[in-house]
Amino acid sequence: MTWTLIILLAVGAYAFKVTGLIILGGRSLPPIFERCLGLIPAAIITALVIKDTFTVGQHLTLDARALGIAVAVIAAWKRAPLIVVIVLGAAVTAVVRQL
Amino acid sequence: MTPWWRDPTLRPAIVACLTLSAAVGVFGVSFGVGSVAAGSTVLQTCALSLLVFTGASQFSAVSVIGAGGSIGSALGGALLLAARNGVYGLAMSRRLDGSLGRKFLAAQLTIDETTAMAVAQPTRRAQQVAFWVTGVALYACWNLGTLIGALAGSAIDPKTFGLDVAFPAGFVAMVWPLFSDQRARLAALIGGAVCLLTVPFTPIGVPILLSVLGVLVGLQRPSSAPNSEVTQ
Repeated sequence: MTWTLIILLAVGAYAFKVTGLIILGGRSLPPIFERCLGLIPAAIITALVIKDTFTVGQHLTLDARALGIAVAVIAAWKRAPLIVVIVLGAAVTAVVRQL
Repeated sequence: MTPWWRDPTLRPAIVACLTLSAAVGVFGVSFGVGSVAAGSTVLQTCALSLLVFTGASQFSAVSVIGAGGSIGSALGGALLLAARNGVYGLAMSRRLDGSLGRKFLAAQLTIDETTAMAVAQPTRRAQQVAFWVTGVALYACWNLGTLIGALAGSAIDPKTFGLDVAFPAGFVAMVWPLFSDQRARLAALIGGAVCLLTVPFTPIGVPILLSVLGVLVGLQRPSSAPNSEVTQ
């Protein structure tokens, strides 16, 4: 890890945030954009779950994480609080890894 | 008007925001541990959480450097992951009020969790309260967790406790309320499928950007009553 990387990443990450929220965000967009923007979290957060559950780098894998996330999905479906969903997911994954 | 912290209708949302922040703090511990284990100093690890403040990018950068990747590849992957905060900013700009200075502060807090908690609320006021409560609490918890993890060093292996699953499990809990909307379910299905199919063929970080194709579901005009989107 170098300070050059940290500074470049900090500046780049903040630039994306400011571009969306302030530079582009002040403009009024047509309703069709509004509808699409509203769907962004559902699409991207689901993709993050898929990535963190079924991939290692560029490889697709099926391991203990899949069972942990399956239990987390059931917990979320049963409307369990967030901390319960996380603890169940982590605990099941850890136990399966010990088997 | 009742102050937001005494408004009983906002209480469940505030509790949810604080719970999420505490959980993310635990995840911050695993970032701190992983970052130091990958060769960063404690100061560098804390600087990443304080200045970059977008978990997925931080994890990506640290893991690429730890695996022996170049600064360029580490930066590229991390910035690709950070780009989605730009689209979150667009979504949040529809919902946040306040001065320009306040918006520059809000920009630093515009990440997965704050956006997800805000958009899940039924009213504009609740959306703003959810954004700021999550943002401030999560910033504090994430950085405190990072510091604790970095100091604990490599004494803990996050995988032994399944902490690497805390991230996706938290996302599952966050995205679930959005699925009460049929179009969000379809967008999520497309986003997830695109990610799964493109992982083997694209650089790390790109599948997450491509999953934004799921929002094209929004091109079609809604056919049912508009209030169906706010089901409790």
